[in-house]
Amino acid sequence: MNSQAVEMPSYTRLDMVRKGVIAGFPIMLGYIPVALTYGVLAGQSGMTNAELTLMSVLVFAGAAQFLAVSMVAAGTGAVEIIIATFVLNFRHFVMSLSFMNRIRSITLRAKVPLSLGLTDETFTMSSLHKREANEEFGAWFYASLMLTAYLSWVGGSFLGGVLGDVIPPRLRESMGVALYAMFIGLLIPSVKKHFRIAFIALFAMIINYLFQLWGMSQGWAIVLGTLIGGLSGIWILEDDI
Amino acid sequence: MIVWMIIGMAVVTAVPRFLPAFIVDLISFPRWIDRWLNAIPYAALGALIFPGILSVKPEAPQVGITAALVAGALAWLNLNIIVVVLGAIASVFLMTF
Repeated sequence: MNSQAVEMPSYTRLDMVRKGVIAGFPIMLGYIPVALTYGVLAGQSGMTNAELTLMSVLVFAGAAQFLAVSMVAAGTGAVEIIIATFVLNFRHFVMSLSFMNRIRSITLRAKVPLSLGLTDETFTMSSLHKREANEEFGAWFYASLMLTAYLSWVGGSFLGGVLGDVIPPRLRESMGVALYAMFIGLLIPSVKKHFRIAFIALFAMIINYLFQLWGMSQGWAIVLGTLIGGLSGIWILEDDI
Repeated sequence: MIVWMIIGMAVVTAVPRFLPAFIVDLISFPRWIDRWLNAIPYAALGALIFPGILSVKPEAPQVGITAALVAGALAWLNLNIIVVVLGAIASVFLMTF
């Protein structure tokens, strides 16, 4: 028997790209209807197609872009919009710290562009694909996952601005659940493997909910829910999870 | 004018995203911080799911809750995440006649 047959399977660059695109597909499904809606609303607020597409290209953060559009429509000043964007997107600092710590073995030259592709969805999807972090072409996997998400976000925004909302309203409303369902679909397998993980997610949910109930902005409530909920992991997780 | 606002938004979004790439290059963390950071994805999932899921149909939060239960059940059966997502979309579609 050939000795190569018993070695670890090793993936080529193309395999990793293909796996990344497949992993990015659920995000695409969730992003397209949201991006179309964003494009339509941004157009209605008075932004040109070039401006609303540029915002998707440069900012790539759904919730902040929706907030900016509603503030533009209400005539709010740019400085306030930028501050609100910072608050709402600050959670990506926490997420990036977690993800960058996980992909330490990937070079800094690859880490920086990968960090710019982090959103709630690409972060959670990438983080739960832990194995790829230590594989030879791991950076290609994460890059293609993020690019799949990025291109569907930018493309969807542009199409929304140009064509208007092409998805029938009832289907679009139903597709609003897609990203939540994806988060649930990511969480459940981890909980099945290590039931204790459910407590980390539950702590974060409760803290996020209470802080929003007490009037904290959604941005800070998610940051604190994630940080404090994650803190429980110090006792709950073992070193190898 | 709007272009400068977009550039400002891009900067305040990009800096928090890329700073950690340099931070982990400079410092290595004690094990308890590693465990904390490893728990962040699960905590983030929790905070992103709830209470946001209630606003799938803001005037009828039971729609979001039911869709979450459908997604949870499909995921529990080890079905592919695409099936989980499509199942939840179908359940909302059926509930919103």
